[in-house]
Amino acid sequence: MSMTHMSTAAAAPHNGRIEVTDFGLSYDSMAGKIDAVVEASIHVEPGEFISIVGPSGCGKSTLLNAVAGFLKPTRGRVAIDDEDVDGPSADRGMVFQQYSLFPWKSVRENVEFGLKMRGIDRYTRQRAARTLLGLAGILAFENHYPDQLSGGMKQRVGIVRALATGPKVLLLDEPFGALDAQTRIIMQQILTNMWQRLKISVLFVTHDIDEAIFLSDRVYCMTASPGRIKAEIAIPLDRPRRPEMMMSSEFLALRRGLMSLIREESLKAIGGELSHAALQGLDIELHGQSLADVI
Amino acid sequence: MADPALRLSPEVADEEPAAPAAPTAAGRFAEPLAYLRRWLKLQRATVRAILVGTVSLAVSLLVWHLLTKYRVSFHVRFVNVPSPTAVFESFTRVLHDPRFFMHVALSCRRVLFGFVAAALVAVPLGLVMGRFRLFREAVFPVCEVLRPVPAIAWVPMSIMLWPSNEESIVFITFLGSFFPILINTLHGMASVDEVLVRASQCLGARGAAVFREVYLPSSLPHIFTGLTVGMGVAWVSLIAAEMISGQFGIGYFTWEAYSLVQYADIALGMICIGVLGLLSSALIRALGRVMMPWGRS
Repeated sequence: MSMTHMSTAAAAPHNGRIEVTDFGLSYDSMAGKIDAVVEASIHVEPGEFISIVGPSGCGKSTLLNAVAGFLKPTRGRVAIDDEDVDGPSADRGMVFQQYSLFPWKSVRENVEFGLKMRGIDRYTRQRAARTLLGLAGILAFENHYPDQLSGGMKQRVGIVRALATGPKVLLLDEPFGALDAQTRIIMQQILTNMWQRLKISVLFVTHDIDEAIFLSDRVYCMTASPGRIKAEIAIPLDRPRRPEMMMSSEFLALRRGLMSLIREESLKAIGGELSHAALQGLDIELHGQSLADVI
Repeated sequence: MADPALRLSPEVADEEPAAPAAPTAAGRFAEPLAYLRRWLKLQRATVRAILVGTVSLAVSLLVWHLLTKYRVSFHVRFVNVPSPTAVFESFTRVLHDPRFFMHVALSCRRVLFGFVAAALVAVPLGLVMGRFRLFREAVFPVCEVLRPVPAIAWVPMSIMLWPSNEESIVFITFLGSFFPILINTLHGMASVDEVLVRASQCLGARGAAVFREVYLPSSLPHIFTGLTVGMGVAWVSLIAAEMISGQFGIGYFTWEAYSLVQYADIALGMICIGVLGLLSSALIRALGRVMMPWGRS
């Protein structure tokens, strides 16, 4: 197959900078205004793989949905390549937590969908979809309906579908949350492979610390009520990353540090203390707070 | 049923439903008997259902036969009820009677017109109501007030409204199937998965494309439920209307048989109505399977 379709997907590797500045989102309730997220600032450089970790309800999905264009910020700015986000667009591919393949379309038709919306003719888009499915190793299933696929397979198709239009950034909202541990590791490798091949910016939301460290260049750590960015940690692990690395001391040190940061909020609630030792020697940037504040 | 020979073909247990490749066919056709056994084993549930269903129908016929043969009268009186054989004789007689087929054809035509008109109005109305909230808020209360009125209660009003008897009967049929179709279409639109809408928007779909590619196919299973129910109610309404104000049709045939003391024809008419209803529902379901190949029975 020709690689011209891949070049659409891999077009302009120097684009895709995500910038979220002083982002805030609140909603009205009978109890008054409730802040879901306050003062969140993150950035993803072109080609970077960034994760946001945090406990459930910390607003990490809210932040991602604002980048996708589904939610409007009540404060601050969300921009892609210096252009304000105004509603969802094919520029920002998204993979959802729930399986979101169209059940009435075959695997190939699902992958073709974005190209169809662009008005690309049937023959061209079929060829492009088959190329991408081949790269993802699921061409044999092109005529299956989503209901006939396993969970991991569905998410693989979901990722391929999101990449088919050649978006500037890929947004993933806990995409592997429903998968078993084995499948999850395989999916993480598939995602890393595709990301390295396409050099696309990725913003990945998860509550799984190991997953965030394993995949990312940097990890943002969020805390709940109200949701805010608590810290930003660089992940200096070599690439390509292999599952064995999850046992390395470097990995475990990063894991301990992140765990402490995430657990801290609940510890604070029950009067616990943050372990200084776990945070030592890590490249942690505390957003707007000193370590003393945090503890 | 628990024949140990059924377990002779070992591949049965190893069937991998997810495997895209077909199992090796060569060995299978070498032994037609083993193949037949395997098929029977896999289809056991279906075969049993057919057998039980046949026995059940036969027992019902037998009970009917005994009740009429001994003219049972135990508060409920079977004295004048025709026997299965009498009804069968009546059936062989009407096979040579073109008037009977005229009745059947007319009823079918009325159901077809009424039902198709209802589908053509209710499905688009439901889709638009599901899509545009203000429109739904305006139209829904009117529907909810009219919906509980049974189609049969519309007969006098319908006769006043329409210039011909034929039109008023079709209108009754239309009303009967209209609301089930509308309500189910609305329900389909309301249960569209928001994640699928978002997914389509992330892939560049806007406005009409989201409607065509997500809302419509997503609502189809509910729409077909509505059509199946609507078809059933169409027959109910039609027969009632024909009995009251008809001059032709299978409902009229049944009522006329009572007036003319041809008791066998009453049962024949009833059975005929049942079979027609069954066939038309099966037709809708078959159409649904063709239009929704992704749905597995």
